[in-house]
Order: sequence, then C-alpha cells, then structure tokens
Amino acid sequence: MSIDKNLLHLTEAEQREIQEIVASYPHPKAASLDALLLIQAKRRYISDDMLAAIATLIGISVAELDELATFYNLIYRKPVGQNVILLCDSISCWIMGRDAIECAIKQQLQIEVGETDREGQFTLLPIVCLGHCDHAPAMLINKQLYGDVTQDEVKSLLERHKHGETECSTP
Amino acid sequence: MQHPLTMHCRPVLSDLSQPVGCDSYRFEVARQIIGKVDRNYLLDVVEQSGLAGCGGGSFPTGRKWRLYPPQSERPGPRYFIINADEMEPGTFKDRLLLEDETSLLIEGIILSAYILDANECYVFVRGEYQLAIERLMAGIEQAKMAGLLGTDILGSKFCLDIHVHRGAGRYICGEETALLNSLEGRRPVPRAKPPYPQVSGLWGAPTIVNNVETVANIPNIIKNGAQWYRSLGRNGGVGTKIFGVSGRVMRPGTYELPMGTTMRELIEDHAGGMRSGYRLRAVLPGGASTAFLSAEQLDTPMTPAAMMKSGTRLGTGTAIILDDQTCPVGFIANLQRFFARESCGFCTPCRDGLPWVSQILDRIEAGKGRAEDLDRLSDLQNTLAAGNTFCALAPGAMASLQSGLSLFRDDFVRHIEQGACPWK
Ligand SMILES: Cc1cc2nc3c(=O)[nH]c(=O)nc-3n(C[C@H](O)[C@H](O)[C@H](O)COP(=O)(O)O)c2cc1C
Ligand code: SF4
Ligand code: FES
Repeated sequence: MSIDKNLLHLTEAEQREIQEIVASYPHPKAASLDALLLIQAKRRYISDDMLAAIATLIGISVAELDELATFYNLIYRKPVGQNVILLCDSISCWIMGRDAIECAIKQQLQIEVGETDREGQFTLLPIVCLGHCDHAPAMLINKQLYGDVTQDEVKSLLERHKHGETECSTP
Repeated sequence: MQHPLTMHCRPVLSDLSQPVGCDSYRFEVARQIIGKVDRNYLLDVVEQSGLAGCGGGSFPTGRKWRLYPPQSERPGPRYFIINADEMEPGTFKDRLLLEDETSLLIEGIILSAYILDANECYVFVRGEYQLAIERLMAGIEQAKMAGLLGTDILGSKFCLDIHVHRGAGRYICGEETALLNSLEGRRPVPRAKPPYPQVSGLWGAPTIVNNVETVANIPNIIKNGAQWYRSLGRNGGVGTKIFGVSGRVMRPGTYELPMGTTMRELIEDHAGGMRSGYRLRAVLPGGASTAFLSAEQLDTPMTPAAMMKSGTRLGTGTAIILDDQTCPVGFIANLQRFFARESCGFCTPCRDGLPWVSQILDRIEAGKGRAEDLDRLSDLQNTLAAGNTFCALAPGAMASLQSGLSLFRDDFVRHIEQGACPWK
C-alpha cells in the first residue's frame, strides 16, 4: 500500500487515534468532527495540511471536510493564540453588561474581536449563550467557565491564564 | 413541594468545583423494570403521564414514541438521541441536569431506550459544555460497571450502548434533523419532513430525538406512575418543569416548580422580584424564540396551552426579563443579530432576510433609522413567518420581533424621531 504524502503532516499516534474514531462509527464520515476537534486540541487550529491529512484518513474529499470545518463555531481554520476567550454575546449577558467586559478585554489586549494579541497569548471571539445566564456576563477561557464577570476583574483573569496554560484552547 | 428532577443538585449552582455524589446511584427503577415489565404497558404510562417535550416544542412524548416502529417491523440498528445542544439564548436548564443529575439522566436514557427497544444512543452535547461531557463519560462508565449498559442487560437480552458526541457549536444543530446530519458528518442543515426521524432518521434507521429534561423525567414517571406525575402540576399543567429566570432580578437561577406556576410567582416569589431601581417591562417566557409576554400578562400560568393563549409559547421555560432601564430596541437587535449569525444559510428568506432585519434594527438603535424602516420590518416579518422558510429558526426569530414591534412601537418611533437611543 502506498502512503499518501498528505498523512505525513500527522504523527503516527495522531493517525492511529483518528483511525480509532473512524472505527467507532458505523460510517467513516461521521468521524469528521471528532477528528477535527482531536487534532485542533493538539495543534490549536486546523491548517490546510491538517485538513488534507484528516480527509485522507477518513476517506472523504478535502472539500467535503472543509465544508464542515468552516461551518462550526468551534473549529478554527486560522491560527489562534495560546488561550481562546469566548465571550458570550447573547441576550442575558448583553442585558447584564457584556459590552463593557468586551471593551475591557479589547483594551487590555489591544485587539479587536476576532483578533489575537501581539504576544500570541489570547484570541477574543464571540460565542452564543453559554448556558450560564443566571451568572451573566459569562465567558469561557479555554475550558474554564467564568460567571458574574466584572470589568475590574478582567485584568487578573487574563493574567491567570497567561503563560501558565498548557491545556488545549478548544473548550 | 416535590423536586423529582433536581433532587441531587448542588445547593449552589455556581460551585462547579464540587462534584455531586453519583457514585452511590443505584438505578433502582431500571433494575425493577428491565426485562420484567412489558414495553407496551410502559409506553402507556408515558403517554398517560402527559409528559411533553422540554426542548421548546412541547410535543407529547408518548405520542412521538408511538410513531417509532416496533423491533419486529424494523429490526437492525435503532437509535435514541438525546438533544443536549442547548444553545437557545437565555436557556440554562439542561446544563444543570447534565452536570448535577447525570445518573438520573442516564437512567432515563436506559429506560426510554428499553421502552423503545432502541440499541444505540448518542448524547449530542454542545462542545462548550466541558464539565457536562466529563460527567456524562463518568456516569456512563459507572452504569456499565453496574451492568446496566452493554449486551444482555440484567439477563433481559436487551442491549444498549451510549455514546457521547461533542458538538462544535452551531445553533441549528439543535434542530433535530440538522442534528442528525451533524452526527452523520454532513453539513448540518435541516432535512425535509416527512419522512420523520422516527421512521427514517440517523443513517435511515428509526430514530427518536428527545431533549435532556424530557428524558430525565422518565425514571420518576415509571416509578411513581402517570397519575402521580399529572398531580404535580397546577392550573392545567402536568408534572414539574425546570424554569429559569435571567436578567435584573434579585435571584436569577433555575427553579423546578409545578408546571402551571404563574410567571408572576416565578419572578416575584422564587427569583425574588426585580432588583431595586428596576421595573419589569416584559418577559420572553422561554428563550429567544418566544414572543414577549407583557407586564400585564404576568399572571399567565406557565403551561404550553396558557402561554399559547397569551400569544406566546412556553418554549424552554427559561424567562428573560426586559427591565425599564434596558432599551427594547437594543434588546431585539441583540436577538436578531444572534439569529442572523446562526442561520444555516440553506433557504433564501432566512439567509437573506435575517441579516436585513438585523441591519435595520442596528441602524434604528444607532439613531440612523428612517421613517419607512418600521414598515420594512413588518414586511420582512411576514416573509419570514412560519411556512415560508425551511425550518422553525426564522419563524422563531420573528416571534420577538413581531410582538416587540407592537408592544414597544413608541420606543421604536422615538429612536427614529430623536435620531438617538433614549437609553444611551
Ligand atoms: C433552530 C432550532 C434549535 C433547536 N435547539 C434545540 C436544543 O438546543 N435542544 C433541544 O432539546 N431542542 C432543540 N430544538 C427542538 C428540537 O428540534 C426537537 O424538537 C427536540 O429536541 C425534541 O425533543 P423533545 O420532544 O424532548 O422536546 C431546536 C429547534 C430548532 C428549530
Ligand atoms: S429557516 Fe434558516 S436555519 Fe432553517 S433551513 Fe432555512 S436558512 Fe436554515
Ligand atoms: S446569555 Fe450569556 S450565558 Fe446565556
């Protein structure tokens, strides 16, 4: 069997893990999302090379996989920082002052929504209601959920996640 | 007052560090039922209980299950899917059950799948619900160890596996047929109905999709009977419901109360009323896709029928409060921005119409509204009404717009005439 050169972008361990996911579903295509999330957890975002490698392993076309990758909010097709801030912009958080939190974060990091700071530490993205509306405003930094966030607290929250975090940026 | 659904919940929900004790959960009901009680009898109990789907549609669960063909007619893979995609803005009830009543939910899955004779279950959880995913995985392991999952469960020949599927975030994935496409690894746009999922669902096999809260009700209904469940409700409602309140109230949170509790009781007695200095203007009773209930309508009992009579829907039962110091135009603009962003893009009225609605509202809120904008919004609201779009997302979006335009007409007009938002 010839080895597809696309696969060289993934480690052997990664290839094995994806094959295991594929085997766990009755149809290979169903493994697409799990595979994308798995690789993103290790590599922070899905580059074109990764996309091609995953598609090859699953046995679908790159276009088919990209159609999914670009549809979902939590699959990143562009590089993101070490930490991803998902700040809720839905209704209850909006009522409770999430716009002021957004301003504080933007000011602290000197970025706009959708951007990554110069040090490559933080990316700020909007997110749909996090199911924490009774503690609005709410946000996720990586896997950590925060509620009742205040403007004053933004700086120290960000400090806490700076450098120290090694876990993946996908919630 | 009985809280059958939330008996094991943490007293303080925000204390996420404290895992709740599920290790001792005994799956008593499942042990007494599986392999011992006739499926048809159990289906009758569920039907007679009057349990209605808690995912927003309030469709009777028993009636839905009746449409699922029996094993003898449709052998082979048979699916039961739990919708844990909870992304409806202002909705935070399934997270509570997923995190704190994990074992009750798993027992509900086992019993439901047994009644339906389904052998594969997927729990479709939104990717952001990290803790929920961890607890589900742990709970499933525990149920396996207890001999309640796998093959030949309790010597009954009944087989069941539960898989946790992590979503990657899109509101449309909560729509049950889009959810099926998402699970299959297809682009998650809704499917045409019929055929209904019961007959041709996941990979063409018989499939039932139910909300987390719906399924968590099953163990107690089976244990205590249909009559018991019905008697828990008030004012024409049956059972209990996890209601929620967010916005500027004293105690925002989730409250398991009799179905049929009035909106006023929920807000004033349970959530402690408005914070001082704030007055209630209107409420979205059950998430972003429901129409406003005005301050004069607060005595409406929270049942699907009574809410319908008041011109709105029970939806997910989690109320969002609009107070007098929040701009109603800004409020509605926020909702429509959400819907425009989350439109799946499959059908034209929704794909093009929602961004248009959203832009007009943003313009009015920014003080750049024009006299003809309100008529344009009314036109669009008709274009996007039920029946004109492929799924319920767009009509859901129009609920708050339509009711908001009539309830807050003066506020809209003031924005346009003054060229500024009076709340800024
Ligand atoms: C746009 C849209 C989003 C939905 N999101 C959810 C959801 O997140 N969770 C849910 O349980 N139902 C959701 N629903 C309703 C489901 O389609 C389906 O009716 C429900 O899961 C059935 O379960 P039930 O009968 O137990 O309520 C959504 C519907 C639409 C149209
Ligand atoms: S109404 Fe909107 S969300 Fe539903 S199918 Fe059409 S474009 Fe997609
Ligand atoms: S609206 Fe922000 S968490 Fe629900």
